[in-house]
Amino acid sequence: METIDFIGRKLELDADGHLKNFNDWDKEVAQEFAKLEGINELTERHWIVIEYMRKEFKENGDAPSIRKLTKESGVDTKELYALFPKGPAKKAAKIAGLPKPKGCI
Amino acid sequence: MKKLLILGAGTAGTMMLNKLNNVLDKNEWLITIVDQHEKHYYQPGFLFIPFNIYNCKDVTKPKRDFYPTGTTVINSEIDKIEPKENRVLLKNGQVLGYDYLIIATGAKIKPEETEGLKDKLWYKNIFDFYTIEGACALRDFLKHWEGGKLVINITEMPIKCPVAPLEFAFLSDWFFTEKGIRDKVDIHFVTPLPGAFTKPRASAILGDFLIKKNIRLTTEFNIARVDNDEMKIVSWDETEIPFDLLVTIPTNMGDEAIARSGMGNELNYIPTDPHTLRAKNYENIFVIGDATDLPSSKAGSVAHFQSDILLENFLCVIEGRKPRAKFDGHANCFIESGFGKGILIDFNYDTEPLPGKFPLPGIGPFSLLEETKMNHYGKIMFRWAYWNFLIKGLELPIESNMSMAGKRL
Ligand SMILES: Cc1cc2nc3c(=O)[nH]c(=O)nc-3n(C[C@H](O)[C@H](O)[C@H](O)COP(=O)(O)OP(=O)(O)OC[C@H]3O[C@@H](n4cnc5c(N)ncnc54)[C@H](O)[C@@H]3O)c2cc1C
Repeated sequence: METIDFIGRKLELDADGHLKNFNDWDKEVAQEFAKLEGINELTERHWIVIEYMRKEFKENGDAPSIRKLTKESGVDTKELYALFPKGPAKKAAKIAGLPKPKGCI
Repeated sequence: MKKLLILGAGTAGTMMLNKLNNVLDKNEWLITIVDQHEKHYYQPGFLFIPFNIYNCKDVTKPKRDFYPTGTTVINSEIDKIEPKENRVLLKNGQVLGYDYLIIATGAKIKPEETEGLKDKLWYKNIFDFYTIEGACALRDFLKHWEGGKLVINITEMPIKCPVAPLEFAFLSDWFFTEKGIRDKVDIHFVTPLPGAFTKPRASAILGDFLIKKNIRLTTEFNIARVDNDEMKIVSWDETEIPFDLLVTIPTNMGDEAIARSGMGNELNYIPTDPHTLRAKNYENIFVIGDATDLPSSKAGSVAHFQSDILLENFLCVIEGRKPRAKFDGHANCFIESGFGKGILIDFNYDTEPLPGKFPLPGIGPFSLLEETKMNHYGKIMFRWAYWNFLIKGLELPIESNMSMAGKRL
């Protein structure tokens, strides 16, 4: 099991490098993960997405897909890609302290 | 009389109909199946049509050939399911009540979901091969095509038979080589995934095949729109890829009837218990095949493995017991790799595709994650097994749940 030192805290990560425990997360942790993903500053728009993701996960036990994000978070696809370049669903999940979306095969 | 209603007579619905018809007491059960179409397509065969390996006849049979005598068959579009009322409304005006419902309405392509995809180049320079119409139109186009930029693009996951686009790339390499114009065709595989395939080991191995066959790979490309005038696809972050021929795998979605019934997720797939195959919100509804929201592959082989589990659980539930059998996400796919060879993968929810021998450990005859002639024969035999065994609900010599025997870690 990998652990990571963040701002003086030891955090456990899963095999994909995502936060292992949902409850270890707070805004500071999010900022650090965002930096790792190349996002230097989390704006208000980022937070809308992150908070929606956490709410969804709490209710359904899975991180939402990009489609669901677009439909329900109030941020459209174009903006999602601008906020979280390359893979919004994956990146936002990581920053929100959730496991990698189940992704289908 | 108790009423069992099956929605959709494709691979999964037909298979379940035959299996249940064999075991349910005819004096107690009335079995009805509904489908809008009269033709049954062997969809895995669509892959071969553009390359003139199969023709339409090879992949089409009347659905009625596969209905056991005594079944009530209704040919109509399903309007919607009213699960709280235990009834289904059909477009022809009929209302069907049920005690138990099995939903097998599958998935289909929705090119309308992407801006500019189904526009003026549709079936001129842009084709799908996930429908009989698309596959045939593409065959006619390829007959006279002299080469250029071929882009194969997966719009978004999940899609039916996730290896089919790779197979299309491999077969293109073979087809244009045979035609003597391989040097004039630039084959470019463009996917939203981080690699050639989802699972890491298989992704690496299949990625190597792409390199070996001189097929370009662009990953993490999420298409936003098609520019019909400049003939290019554009991603959400404004990366552009030009094409002369675009072979697209459009967004796949469950049927609109599921949306009209308020039973689906954002892609019209029905929330289903991943192990028991019962609909998450309804005790007397089961879901099978591509219509589920399960993270297993949407494939005929998967529907086949599910059918054994569903049968067992159905028989439990009608006797008032809890469903016991557990589906493990087992999938088994032959990947046609061109030049008369194929690759085979076998995996489930938890275990990614691994190398080894299948189905007999150490013996085979099939080899996992290796390119062999025998694997190609497996793919060819699959069509025969499909028509003669699979959809008739007869047994194939493969376990429903995955086995680790014969696999190398
Ligand atoms: C190009 C391609 C290649 C493939 N290759 C492979 C392969 O190599 N191996 C493999 O295992 N699988 C493969 N598959 C996948 C396989 O064909 C499907 O997974 C399988 O057919 C799913 O079965 P199903 O019964 O869930 O859906 P389907 O077989 O699609 O059946 C759904 C049925 O429901 C009916 N229906 C839906 N909505 C309504 C409505 N509102 N009213 C009335 N009727 C309705 C439809 O008419 C249809 O008959 C491939 C698929 C494609 C497209």
